[in-house]
Amino acid sequence: MNSTRRVNLAAAVVLCLSMAGAIATLYAVDRMRRPTVAQEALYVRSPTALRRMSLGYTGLLADIYWTRAVQYFGDQHHSETGDFRLLSPLLEVATELDPRLLPAYQFGANFLAPKPPGGAGLPGAALSLMKYGIANNPDQWRLYYDLGFLYYTEFKDYAKAADAFAQGARLPVTNEFMPILAARMAQHAGEFDTARMLWFTTYQSTKEASIRQNAVEHLIALKVDEDVTRLEQVVNKYREKNGRPPGSMGDLERAGFIRGTPVDPKGHPYWLMPDGRIEVQDPQNIYFITKGLPPGMAPPQPPRQKPASNTDSK
Amino acid sequence: MSTSAAVNPAASYTVRMKPRAMNSIGYIAYNTFREAVRDKVLYNLIAFALLISAAAILVGEISIDIERLVVVNLGLTAVSLFGVIIAIFIGIGLVSKEIDKRTLYTVLSRPVRRWEFVVGKFFGLTGTLVLNTLLMALGVMLSLLYVAHRFEKMDLWVLVALYFIVLQFLIVCALALFFSSFSTPIMSAVFSFALFVIGNLSADLHGFARSTPGVAGWFMTAVAYLVPNFSALNIINPVAHGDPVPGRLILYCTAYALLYSAVAISGAVLIFQRRNLK
Repeated sequence: MNSTRRVNLAAAVVLCLSMAGAIATLYAVDRMRRPTVAQEALYVRSPTALRRMSLGYTGLLADIYWTRAVQYFGDQHHSETGDFRLLSPLLEVATELDPRLLPAYQFGANFLAPKPPGGAGLPGAALSLMKYGIANNPDQWRLYYDLGFLYYTEFKDYAKAADAFAQGARLPVTNEFMPILAARMAQHAGEFDTARMLWFTTYQSTKEASIRQNAVEHLIALKVDEDVTRLEQVVNKYREKNGRPPGSMGDLERAGFIRGTPVDPKGHPYWLMPDGRIEVQDPQNIYFITKGLPPGMAPPQPPRQKPASNTDSK
Repeated sequence: MSTSAAVNPAASYTVRMKPRAMNSIGYIAYNTFREAVRDKVLYNLIAFALLISAAAILVGEISIDIERLVVVNLGLTAVSLFGVIIAIFIGIGLVSKEIDKRTLYTVLSRPVRRWEFVVGKFFGLTGTLVLNTLLMALGVMLSLLYVAHRFEKMDLWVLVALYFIVLQFLIVCALALFFSSFSTPIMSAVFSFALFVIGNLSADLHGFARSTPGVAGWFMTAVAYLVPNFSALNIINPVAHGDPVPGRLILYCTAYALLYSAVAISGAVLIFQRRNLK
């Protein structure tokens, strides 16, 4: 082997080994620094300044900020810090750079308003975002829906919620549930049915996996809350009729109050407690429920998971 | 002055293989360094001194409680940018200038092999940048002393950040040399600067890779690991806030910078070995 070939071979070996070593080292560095990366700072908060710096490529910059918002929320949610202080400015920058970035409004309505750990606990910021979105996209029914949803869930302002749904219902392209929701808000009736319709519409009208999963969990929780309420009413009726509480679900069945053993949406039978309360068997795994919990237990929250990719939301 | 003048052929013929190679690399490195100094590269220090002095004096007048923060941020950013600009604009001409001036043929006609030429050039440029950084580091530390009136323990981390900046320079020098081994100076500058920008966004690349499913995610991950990760070597912001730097991170980052530089230099050697210089 001549000298040139030896040098070539040695250089090729060094190149391959160094590349492998560099990747392995970077992997180690990445693992060490990931928590600090998650705590990243938002260096430029002014959308006006960013617009100028983008040299006209505002759409791309908006996409980058929107992606960062999703990653930031996922990382913070995963890290259990409950600190979402950059979520609002990130979404604000993304939507001001591209006011037609509809997934960002939707994400904001779902995750800015709820209290930590499920969200940032900033209903005011969510409201401002939705109003900005509607001002820039007045023909999008989905934004009116999210606004009404916010008024209903976070502010309990049924009149404003009804108004938002009604405005959305009047658009040329709208959702079939919008006029019904507007009417229900106006009547402020049928709490469970209304909530179910809201979460179902949320599920139906989005492709964003994390929002859909959130809606599914709420629909399951609503079903449990409704079941437990109904079963406890049945227990009370039994007690009034027989002068004592039922000893088991079998008593209720034999008395003709229920058919078969009632089960929760996860397939576990409900438990009848000695004091007549109804409890779910596995309260840790049915999130957001407010009824059927052991005394003193707070409504369980979903496990820390990174939201799925935002790529399917556009 | 070109490299050829300093190569000592007599020594090359009388010593054994390894010392000869080391001698050749050393001579080329020394002459590259001397050439850079004669090209008045260190004049950038005047601009840096003016900048950091003005910042140190003005910051006390216009800011409240962030004097140290501003001096560290501005100082380290200036050190980094000045160094990167020097690394790119000298690095891209290291090979092409020798070809244009035809001095490369004289060098290679001596017992200097092509790989020794490339490695010597790399060390020469790196030495220039290390000296430049040391002088700028002195400026940063003096400014810190001026605004805070005394050194604090957390100022040690500023020195670590300066060391990380030198690690960045190693990679930039190696990349500039790699591109200059097969491309024109302008294109080499464009490629080097583009990689520097991409490398500084590599934290975002890793983020995109994590949130992208399927084959695209794998592809993004591969890209994120293949491009030089300058953001891993950028600790200016945490250091400005007085955050300590773990010893393990210093070790890993040093290994990373050396290994990545070795990749680029090996690539440059492989290309330069095959290049037709006629």
